[in-house]
Amino acid sequence: MLSIDNLHARIEAEDKAILKGLSLKVNAGEVHAIMGPNGSGKSTLGHILAGRDGYQVTAGSVSFLGQNLLDLNTEERACAGVFLAFQYPVEIPGVSNMEFLKAAVDAQRKHQGLEPVDAVTFLKQAREASKAVNLDQAFLKRGVNEGFSGGEKKRNEIMQMMMLQPKLAILDETDSGLDIDALQVVASGVNSLRSPDRSFILVTHYQRLLDYIEPDYVHVLAGGRIVKSGDKTLALELEERGYGWLETEVA
Amino acid sequence: MSDFLHKALLREPQAQSWLAPYNARGREACRGRTLPNFRVEEWKYTSLRALEEGSYAASPQAVSNVESLRRYFDIPELDAHRLVFVNGRYSPELSRADGLPEGVTLVPFSAASADQTSEICEHLGCLAVERTQLFTDLNESWLEEGVFLRVDRNVRVVKPIQITWLGVPQAESFGMAQRLLVILDESAAVTVLEQFVSSDGTQNSFTNGVSEFVVGDNARLQHCRLLLEDAGAVHIGAVHISLGRHASLEGFHMALSGLIKRSDIEVHLRGEGAHCELNGVYLPRNREVIDYHTCVQHEAPHCTSEETFRGIVGDEARAVFNGRIHIHRGAQKTSAHLSNRNLLTSDRAEVDTKPELEIYADDVQCSHGATVAQLDASQMHYLRSRGVSEQEARALLSFGFINEILNRIHREPVQNYLRPKLAALFAGDTDLEKHLLGEHLLERHLL
Repeated sequence: MLSIDNLHARIEAEDKAILKGLSLKVNAGEVHAIMGPNGSGKSTLGHILAGRDGYQVTAGSVSFLGQNLLDLNTEERACAGVFLAFQYPVEIPGVSNMEFLKAAVDAQRKHQGLEPVDAVTFLKQAREASKAVNLDQAFLKRGVNEGFSGGEKKRNEIMQMMMLQPKLAILDETDSGLDIDALQVVASGVNSLRSPDRSFILVTHYQRLLDYIEPDYVHVLAGGRIVKSGDKTLALELEERGYGWLETEVA
Repeated sequence: MSDFLHKALLREPQAQSWLAPYNARGREACRGRTLPNFRVEEWKYTSLRALEEGSYAASPQAVSNVESLRRYFDIPELDAHRLVFVNGRYSPELSRADGLPEGVTLVPFSAASADQTSEICEHLGCLAVERTQLFTDLNESWLEEGVFLRVDRNVRVVKPIQITWLGVPQAESFGMAQRLLVILDESAAVTVLEQFVSSDGTQNSFTNGVSEFVVGDNARLQHCRLLLEDAGAVHIGAVHISLGRHASLEGFHMALSGLIKRSDIEVHLRGEGAHCELNGVYLPRNREVIDYHTCVQHEAPHCTSEETFRGIVGDEARAVFNGRIHIHRGAQKTSAHLSNRNLLTSDRAEVDTKPELEIYADDVQCSHGATVAQLDASQMHYLRSRGVSEQEARALLSFGFINEILNRIHREPVQNYLRPKLAALFAGDTDLEKHLLGEHLLERHLL
């Protein structure tokens, strides 16, 4: 599904290389966890895949379902099925969550050559999704993320993911700062979407998330590339030993 | 003396005799004066050349076939007491002023009884006179028609009062004086909607408006003033409001389209504990100029005021905002806040914004701020990352920026009346427009 090959990238404004030869292959239906110390490039990877401005790819390639992902603009990537759950979702007062969701769903349907979803069906789906992430329906009427708590913002991201049904979902530290109840909500949202033709990349700092979402692979990102890969036991090992031993091992 | 003023003063108003002294006084006050230009601080950014060139001095003519004009002012679902004026003339056919509750007087000047005219004369100009601007004088010199509304003590008017001034093009550019006088007695409550509209297409009208509201102790005024006249229209208007003890005002102002639209809004918080909320939006495009000068005068202690104006300025348009807060000596424990935010959607658009704060009391909480910006890049990215196109994301964000303020109008039918007008401005693409509105309809069904 996703194939990242020898990706090098830098932040334009700082002229600072962040990714230095990252390679990763994600097949349909797989869940990959990416862990790593602060500043290793975890969030950058998510931003580059989602098409945020301000990053420059200097070498390497990213192919998604046979397309060159880097050739697509942000909205084209979303329509192709890439979804990024933001670490820090922005607030958009004045645009209701509802109108935002409808715009997003319809834009993606239009891309697939489908008519906009009718209001009744849409409302029903939105209500179900908000219930699934334990957000009161009143949140649908409020401005996008406006005045939401940290946990509510993260649950709102998961709700969007459920509505948009992406092929590849990248969760950028969606678990950070969540209490155990909210974490379970996020995890069950992800688990309910797991399917043979949908893949996930979980970028996380904490092994705790992986108690609730069982990954097929765990990768350690350090110094801008993946330095170790393994199965879920690697996460437990990292939990125990930290990242220091890897740096020496790699060196 | 300017050519425009010269012609303007030659006009013989067809008013009834009781207004003649106002006409004479106004004419006298205007004589020998000139239209203000950029050398006058209050007119530094708004040129009146179009007024001068367009002349706009001819008298308005009677319009026949008014029935066909309903669609230009109809607000679906709004059950209101309504007075309609077409090119300055009262139209009983289009109005609907029956069924007023007891204790409410709502009458056009032309139909006022002798008792009512003496009551009007007692109050007319009591607030507007403080700011003897040229245009107020000119308003008086032309004064033929207006509206008088009085709500007696403890009377709450449930339905809003809609006062519509509709313009229709004439062979010669013309000018009309609009006037409104509202007296709310103690603990009265009313919603007043001033609606300025026009027929489709290019207009050649100049509206010179003066509205005065005397809000008594503990009374409550919801006021909405919409300047929606089409391209070519010039509107220069003043709103004067005084608030008694514990009185409250919720004001909403909006201006779209037209050639020049200038409003001077002055609110006096005269009684202890009065509250003023003032919201406004302006959206000039093409080469339009929209100018709001507001002044909130805190004259008594324990008063609060909250003012928010937002604008979106596109093409080669210009917006001017001057927001003044004046805290008088002795107005302790005042809380006064003013915010003005602007979005520029073109690099040839211009905003001139100036908040002013003048404080003569030492125990007050005040803030003011003004910003001019483009759309927020991180918000744009967030929308696009969900598949929304750049064009639609722009429309959504611009719409949202204004929608936040629109949501503060208490009458939902008025919101629903204004939204399509805004959507049409932002979308520029009928599919998108439908979409923007569709989502709002959807939202209304929710919950």
